[in-house]
Amino acid sequence: MFRPIAAAAAILFAFGASLASAQAPAGKVTVVTSFAKDVTDPFKRAFEKAYPGVTLDVQNRNTNAAVRFIEETKSNNQIDLMWASAPDAFEVLKNKKLLQAYKPKATGIAEKVGTYPVNDPDGYYFGFAASGYGIMWNERYARANRLPEPREWQDLAKPVFFDHVSIAAPSRSGTTHLTIETILQGEGWDKGWRTIKEMAGNFRNVTERSFGVPEAVNSGQVGVGIVIDFFAFSAQAAGFPVKFAYPTVTTVVPANIGIVANAPNTAGAQAFIDFLLSAEGQEVLLDPGIRRLPVRLATYEKAPAGYPNPFKDAQFQKMMLFDVDKSEARTAAVDVLFDQTISFQLEGLKAATKAIHDAEAAIARKANAKASALVKDARDLIAALPLTEAQASSPEIRAAFTGGKEKSARQAELEQQWASFARERYAQAKARAEEALKLAR
Amino acid sequence: MPLRRLRASATPGQMALGAAIALFLIGLLVVPVTTVIYVAFTERGTGAFTLVNFYDFFNNDLFLRSTWNSIWVALMTVAWASAIALPLAYITTRFEFKGALIIQTLGFLPLVMPPFVGAVALQLLFGRNGSINLLLDEYFGFKIPFMEGLWGVVFVEALHYFPFILVNLSVALRNIDRSMEEAAQNLGCSGFRLFRRIVFPLAMPGYIAGAALVFVKVFDDLATPLLLNVKDMLAPQAYLRVTSIGIADPMGYVISVVLIVASVLAVWLSTLSLHGKDYATVQRGGGGLSRRKLKPLGSVAAYSVVTFLLVLVLSPHIGLLILSFATVWSFSPLPDAYTTAHYSRVFDDSWVYIKNTLIYASLAAGIDVVIGGAIAYLVLRTKLIGRHWLDWAATASLAVPGVVIGIGYLRTFYDVTLPNGAPLATFWFVIVLALAIRRLPYALRACFAALQQISISLEEAAENLGATKARTMRRVLVPLMMGGMLAGFVTSFATAAVELSATLMLVQSNSDAPLAYGIYVYMQSAAGRGAGAALGVVAVVFVAVCTYLSHVLVERSQRSRGLGE
Repeated sequence: MFRPIAAAAAILFAFGASLASAQAPAGKVTVVTSFAKDVTDPFKRAFEKAYPGVTLDVQNRNTNAAVRFIEETKSNNQIDLMWASAPDAFEVLKNKKLLQAYKPKATGIAEKVGTYPVNDPDGYYFGFAASGYGIMWNERYARANRLPEPREWQDLAKPVFFDHVSIAAPSRSGTTHLTIETILQGEGWDKGWRTIKEMAGNFRNVTERSFGVPEAVNSGQVGVGIVIDFFAFSAQAAGFPVKFAYPTVTTVVPANIGIVANAPNTAGAQAFIDFLLSAEGQEVLLDPGIRRLPVRLATYEKAPAGYPNPFKDAQFQKMMLFDVDKSEARTAAVDVLFDQTISFQLEGLKAATKAIHDAEAAIARKANAKASALVKDARDLIAALPLTEAQASSPEIRAAFTGGKEKSARQAELEQQWASFARERYAQAKARAEEALKLAR
Repeated sequence: MPLRRLRASATPGQMALGAAIALFLIGLLVVPVTTVIYVAFTERGTGAFTLVNFYDFFNNDLFLRSTWNSIWVALMTVAWASAIALPLAYITTRFEFKGALIIQTLGFLPLVMPPFVGAVALQLLFGRNGSINLLLDEYFGFKIPFMEGLWGVVFVEALHYFPFILVNLSVALRNIDRSMEEAAQNLGCSGFRLFRRIVFPLAMPGYIAGAALVFVKVFDDLATPLLLNVKDMLAPQAYLRVTSIGIADPMGYVISVVLIVASVLAVWLSTLSLHGKDYATVQRGGGGLSRRKLKPLGSVAAYSVVTFLLVLVLSPHIGLLILSFATVWSFSPLPDAYTTAHYSRVFDDSWVYIKNTLIYASLAAGIDVVIGGAIAYLVLRTKLIGRHWLDWAATASLAVPGVVIGIGYLRTFYDVTLPNGAPLATFWFVIVLALAIRRLPYALRACFAALQQISISLEEAAENLGATKARTMRRVLVPLMMGGMLAGFVTSFATAAVELSATLMLVQSNSDAPLAYGIYVYMQSAAGRGAGAALGVVAVVFVAVCTYLSHVLVERSQRSRGLGE
């Protein structure tokens, strides 16, 4: 008597559950995002129109705060989706088991953009738009300061750009981190750092927010910025006198979305991802206030003329291969090295760079072999690194940032070592360059 | 001796009050903050207790340099903020000056500016390629580095935080017993000597309260240096480390601990400087200093000084106003063209933000004045054991980075479930509590200064006439402290209205969001800059109206009391 009822109840329950999961999405879908209102509003409107009865609740936080928030609230999660640019933030969430896997229904989505897989291979997060890194400049500023149009990273190291370039700290901006890593992988560890430091000698500042760079370029406080492409495109769409170029050594990577583990409205979250990847959703990316590169190939047919297409345009085909594992292994080391030898030593680095520029200008007017040798010394001193490529991803160094057993030193000790390494060499480089200037005059 | 009796020891009522405040501070400040910064005392990886992180702090050039820079910037800012606030406060309270009320209100506005908005506007005016420098460069061929390096931080901070001194000093000046000034004048003292020897020393509690707040606030401010790209200061270093993804670096929390200790030390030193002196005067109701008429020449001088200072301190607001009407403003002294589109764009959104801000900020400021007044009373009027700890704990909250409070609240309150199943931390009142804790020091210092200026003999008189302690408090103390409490309310209210760092962690949905969050959301894109500025203007106007109304209220209540006596 008892059993059949229980069995029937179980069947009913299972039926109900399957019905629930197949149910049309409804209610509130909560998404935490680092994207501005200009980006999220058009999607919210389009999504709510496509799925009547569903509301998209957008919580705007910067990427750091968003990751922190999801982590701190996991015991009673109220967030359905995480939506942001930086793939590293999603890696962190995935490794902490704060995302859930899904298989989007959309078709016609590219597998790879450049050499970078669009979706997480394990299905925890999905690329919905592609973005490339490059150089953005303010035309009025460039005209007033007689700056040439920059094309390559190396261009930014030229004396004419001294004090005119801005970048976000890679430790603060996942997108900039990828740009730095791209240069390092493209040119090799030693040569890459040399390029970066030569560029850095021209930095006006190192900002702590990604948006700080385009903001300064838009308003004309800084001439040139190293930014992700859509910052420049959306600024152009808003009427700012800015231009943008993709250098040869760069990469195009996807901006992502993922469903948070234990999402209160999983069905709604899945619906939003499917919408985002659908023809309709991808077209929203072409909105002048958004201007990101769709991952759905067919959408490019609707794009205005001159819209970059990373799947077709020749410039993107040359773009180098990006090794995600290599990047992963040394993330913390690269960030901290950048901060300790560039961000926090900018004054010393700039003084040395200025001295080198002056000496080289003098040598160009009047050749002097001894002075040239001194300048070369000075350049080598600036490019010198406190650790090799192998060390950067060694277990000893990695453990210093995680607190693992293999650590050879604490993070604070490493930082102190690297900072004084750089400071001493920048001072020496400045002295050499000044000596060279005296000789060449 | 009645005096001794009053100060003898704590009554049960006072003990209960002290315990209640202690509970409030422990539950909403000490516990949440401890859940975050205990990391400073643990070894990374193992989590074992250690002090090695502090050893690392003092062996790191960057941190030591940051410490000195922070101290230097904070001291310089106090000096410059005083230079702005003293003339404004003195002229508007000492002389018959038309528009004194408006000046008091306008002089208060700089506080009502979320730092990230103020910096954008200031860059457009004073930046390397701001309006002023572009014009200077075009006509004279040189530029002035207003916003460069540490001096730039001092410049922006002084413009931003001088109202702390202005507000507290003005109240103190109004509270001075007129007979003191008259006695000095009868003895032949006048002019600057009168100010230097009699008036300013009597207003000292107000000045010290304001200056201590400026010092601690600047010492702990992270937004301004970061927006000017100055990173070698303590608070930015703490912030950069606490908020980096994926790296659990103890040093950020170590710096937070250093910030808290240094802030409490600074406030302790400031109370020490007033120690052993009596600032209380008996007579009230005279409405403070007698107001003199200005001679024509003096009048011109006073008006030009005030105008110059107001234009200077309101420049962020002027910049914001222009930006809110601008189409494109890039590398040019003024925008290319003007539009009202930004206002129509934010019009629909702004009502919900304004409503939330009004509710949050006024509730938080109300809590602050009650608790701040109670702490001031316990510290100055009772011998309750541990009363100073209440003061110090409340003050320490100035030094806790907002993001630490935000994370601490999530950790402490997220697992507590409300009856409807939602976590407590998602309830909007938690934002109010976080704001109240963050802004408590402002109200506390104002109440403290107000109480220091009240002679204890007035309370003794009331008690001798048979009034109970509670009745004395209600009928004598609170009315006499009203000016200071309102100053505290207004400061807490206005600054709570633009708080972002803790709010950004705690806001759970747009419908619960305050104005500062709304501005932030707009300001993150090129096209949203104008709209964010428009919302910023709405915020400033809204808080200005509230401030003006409360000033009018104070004036009216003081005048009516003056007439009644």
